[in-house]
Amino acid sequence: MNIAIASGKGGTGKTFVSTNLFWVIQHEGFPVTIVDCDAEEPNVTEFITGEVLADRTISQIIPVINPEQCVFCGKCQEYCSYNAIIFLPSSHFIQVIEDLCHDCGACLVACKYGAITEKKKKIGIVRNLFFNCHAQIIESRTEIGVYSSVPLIKEAIKEAVNDPTENLFNILDSPPGISCPFIATVDKADYVVLVTEPTPFGLNDLKLSVETLKHLEKPFGVLVNRAKLGNLEVYDWLQENSIPLLLSIPMDREIARIYSEGHILAEEQPAYRDLFVELFRRIKKQVNA
Amino acid sequence: MTEIAILSGKGGTGKTSLSAAFATIGENMVVADCDVDAANLHLILHPENYVEERFITGYKAVIHDNFCTLCGICINYCRFDAITKGDGKVIISNISCDGCKLCERICPSHAISMIPSDKSRWLIGDYRNGKMIHARLEPGEENSGKLVNVVREQARRIAKETNCKTIIIDGPPGTGCPAISSVTGTDKVIIVTEPSKSGFHDMKRILELVAGFKVKPYVVINKYDLNRELTHRIESWCEEQQIPVIGKILFFAPVVEAMLESKSITEWLPDSEVSREIHSIYHFIMTHE
Repeated sequence: MNIAIASGKGGTGKTFVSTNLFWVIQHEGFPVTIVDCDAEEPNVTEFITGEVLADRTISQIIPVINPEQCVFCGKCQEYCSYNAIIFLPSSHFIQVIEDLCHDCGACLVACKYGAITEKKKKIGIVRNLFFNCHAQIIESRTEIGVYSSVPLIKEAIKEAVNDPTENLFNILDSPPGISCPFIATVDKADYVVLVTEPTPFGLNDLKLSVETLKHLEKPFGVLVNRAKLGNLEVYDWLQENSIPLLLSIPMDREIARIYSEGHILAEEQPAYRDLFVELFRRIKKQVNA
Repeated sequence: MTEIAILSGKGGTGKTSLSAAFATIGENMVVADCDVDAANLHLILHPENYVEERFITGYKAVIHDNFCTLCGICINYCRFDAITKGDGKVIISNISCDGCKLCERICPSHAISMIPSDKSRWLIGDYRNGKMIHARLEPGEENSGKLVNVVREQARRIAKETNCKTIIIDGPPGTGCPAISSVTGTDKVIIVTEPSKSGFHDMKRILELVAGFKVKPYVVINKYDLNRELTHRIESWCEEQQIPVIGKILFFAPVVEAMLESKSITEWLPDSEVSREIHSIYHFIMTHE
């Protein structure tokens, strides 16, 4: 079962929920993998970590134009949909802007003179870490300056969802927002937990996430974090739209302190352990409904 | 003209609350909300007299079954795994399609065409202290970096027209394409962080990104009293790196009250310690060269 933890707004507590959920699932004795899909700013290993089992370099393929064979026809530039090729016909200048390339292969097809070959460019790593014999961590992490984290996210998730372990729970900790990195994360999810906070910013971004998930036809529920901050509008809105409220976690300076130090709330405070076990039970119930 | 970008790496550290305060301290301001995924600043500034423009984020391939001969060439060429065969027909996934147009070009039966995704918008409006520009990326759309560029171009145009000297850029979380587009060509960058292990980790990554540009970074530690020991560690680290920490802001629940009243904290409680600190940060960043 693949469960994505997501939110439109950043800093609502996605990683907090993901890591605590991971901790209670392994504590309950179920096989579980947490995938840090926030490749631009991966944080899971600030909370839970273990021995590194493997590092896999993920590369993107980038075209290389050989000026000796190039006839400066401009066909490759015409085929490129991402403005990643600069071509000045009068001065016989042609160059690939690697950062803009999407690795689609169109220029390679366009060139009839064999002037384009391809090379690999590292965009980041996917790392496996051992937590215990039935729990592992998969982290995606981009190189600084890389434009798109999507290929990395897809690789990390592929590894988790192709794991043949029976009754395995995969927790996909999503990057914020509603654009391509978020879509790449929820694409393989059976269920999405949207984390929000009861503030105008939280509600505005929750509505955007809900609109996106409805468009993708993904089942989802909502977790309200830092409850009692702000107002009650989010609860009314959830009810009006028949969206399940999975859990409320109160605003509490003690939780903020435990979180800030990179500790797991469910491990330190049994009352919250029960709360996350309950969240796990409710998610399973929703998925099987 | 000076462009000041406010970024953080990690979401939810207080970028928009700080941007809103800046936007309501100065007169004749131009403010650009570059978090095009989940824009929130307009919820505080409430712009009026909107001018709205369409933005084409990209294209999606659609297949016309009556022309398709099921040859499968497009499947072999697509590098985004967006095309599959099933149920006796070729299916193109709207989610996976990257809009490169290669399938349209190589299809021997001309059975594929591209349709523009044109539901995203950018908007300019008047608010009480000047002009603001923000955008609405259609859920799931790509090219948020390009939309950020459009928002920033418009901000510069308006600033010229209104003889405004400073543009405030409220940036997105992360280090990927929209964050890169928000930093490129700015004059000063403020990194808003919080004293948590993840806030610290993410601050280092965004500072590493900023180091690749010719721009001076400054750090603000928000909610610094939530973990004074970590605040101290962040300060020491910044000192070693010779990055000035230009402000430390208390955790202050009335920031959310202000948000509920569509006001910045400096408007809502102008005499509070937090507002005084923000005024001092504003003064520093506006006058320091």
